[in-house]
Amino acid sequence: MKNNGFSTIYHLMLLPGIILLLIFSIYPMHGILMAFQDFNPAKGVWESELIGLDNFKYMFTLPDAKDVFVNTITISAMKLTANLLFALVFALMLNEIRQRFVKKSIQTVVYLPHFLSWVLVAGIFKDMFSLDGFINQIVSFLGFQEIMFFSSNTWFPAILVGSEVWKEFGFGAIVFLAALTGISPSLYEAAAIDGASRTRQLWHITLPSIASVIVLLAVLSLRSVLDAGFDQVFNMYNKLVYPSGDIIDTYVYRIGLVKLQFELATAVGLLKSVVSFILIIISYQLAYRFANYRIF
Amino acid sequence: MVVSRTAGSKIADGIILIALLLMAFLCIAPLLHVAAISLSDSAKVSAGLVSFLPLGINFDSYIKIMNDSRFYEAFGISVQRVLLGGLINFVLCVLMAYPLSREKSEFKPRNLYMWFLIFTMMFSAGLVPTYITIKSLHLMDTIWALVLPGAVPVFNLILLVNFFRNLPKELDEAAYMDGAGPLYLLFYVYIPLSLPAIATITLFSIVGHWNSFFDGLIYMNYPENFPLQTYISQVVINIDPNNITNVNDVSALAAISNRTLSAAKIFLSMLPILLIYPFLQRYFITGITLGSVKE
Repeated sequence: MKNNGFSTIYHLMLLPGIILLLIFSIYPMHGILMAFQDFNPAKGVWESELIGLDNFKYMFTLPDAKDVFVNTITISAMKLTANLLFALVFALMLNEIRQRFVKKSIQTVVYLPHFLSWVLVAGIFKDMFSLDGFINQIVSFLGFQEIMFFSSNTWFPAILVGSEVWKEFGFGAIVFLAALTGISPSLYEAAAIDGASRTRQLWHITLPSIASVIVLLAVLSLRSVLDAGFDQVFNMYNKLVYPSGDIIDTYVYRIGLVKLQFELATAVGLLKSVVSFILIIISYQLAYRFANYRIF
Repeated sequence: MVVSRTAGSKIADGIILIALLLMAFLCIAPLLHVAAISLSDSAKVSAGLVSFLPLGINFDSYIKIMNDSRFYEAFGISVQRVLLGGLINFVLCVLMAYPLSREKSEFKPRNLYMWFLIFTMMFSAGLVPTYITIKSLHLMDTIWALVLPGAVPVFNLILLVNFFRNLPKELDEAAYMDGAGPLYLLFYVYIPLSLPAIATITLFSIVGHWNSFFDGLIYMNYPENFPLQTYISQVVINIDPNNITNVNDVSALAAISNRTLSAAKIFLSMLPILLIYPFLQRYFITGITLGSVKE
């Protein structure tokens, strides 16, 4: 190629964005030192005394830190599985619909909740599941005792998983739908001529054809195991459900910005980042090996 | 495709269609419910009579909101944020995607930049250090604290880079022969050809700015600077969880909160999304799939 003379222009086009990233993503990273310090806000990050791993040791002695870690993993594991299953089943069913208009209309409606904020979704769900809300009307109509969904440690995780699935299953199906449209119709024609029923076509053509996409999404979801959904939990939880609903990110917010224990919050946050980073590397390696996927 | 005409197959089609329609209904039912509550008479709401259609239709709660300056101040801040933040995201994304979509032979440091971007996306300093940085830059209580930290949406950028890379290389050759430079090529060839991808990432960044509440909560010291979602989370939803200490308080709180008013605030806050979504959604499916699927 002879057009090598544009490098300067290319660097200039990238410059503004890179500067902003340096200021807002890279520069704050020196603050990670706080995790290893007896941080003194008056002295700042550069002058405070280094104390090694004491903050991390202290973190492991805290009983609520253990709960928080367990909650994070269980909540996000339940969400990832439920989301994947619902999205897959929805995509498979939608794929059976032949009328384009019906298909498009259902898709449009089902993607919509993804674009609403957790603040609003939490507001809606809190109203619907409140003591005199719509759901409890049904519960009492069926002859059961009303349930305090948002202050019960039994129900709260279910509410988290349910509202997550409600919001995201449609959007999660996009990748499956894209994979399904890629299957060659001639496979189905051949199967139909050989007398394969629709169930057999599902098992022997559809599922094997999208197996790699299912594996890919399952593997990639591993990277976000420690993200159980800050916006959702923060807007839905209250003190009564801390035992079942508090997750790493909400815990970091409370000890860091509410209780001002900067060094402890940074230590917890750093541990989470490091573990997540390792999970990302592992999941991308697995995705590359099993589904031949690369980021770019 | 061969469509089988057996009775069993037709019944299966019917069941699938009904199941799908039910799922679709469940997705909008909560939204209809909120709209119905916001338009209903409070007494009928507390009596539990309102489901998906308003009863005793009135606009009382909307009139109350119109007299509530805090609500539309917050609304205004969110609109400002979407316009400014959306513009910054758009300009940076388009400007950065072009050089990053060049072949390595044409722009050697390409992968270096790409790894830098991916690094910032995967590894962040965390909540407290970022907060302290924003504070030390004196951005607290300014709109810049809401738009600058996310100025480069790396995920959207990668979608756009992949989209650009899939455009035919012959376009470049032809344009260069005619003496066009990179900027000309970007604005007159790449952008017009990438409208679905650009519409998609614009929708994502607009929705992202409209929906975020947490940065407003931590970077704004004064409630009059809250964007809309932060205002809603404080006034309608969160009513400080730390003050709720026992079960009785929760129910007491639920009883005094005005459900029709809250519902109206929630409904008005999602209205902009409901209005722009139908116009942009037809692009985003092609935008996502073409940007993320590679040869």
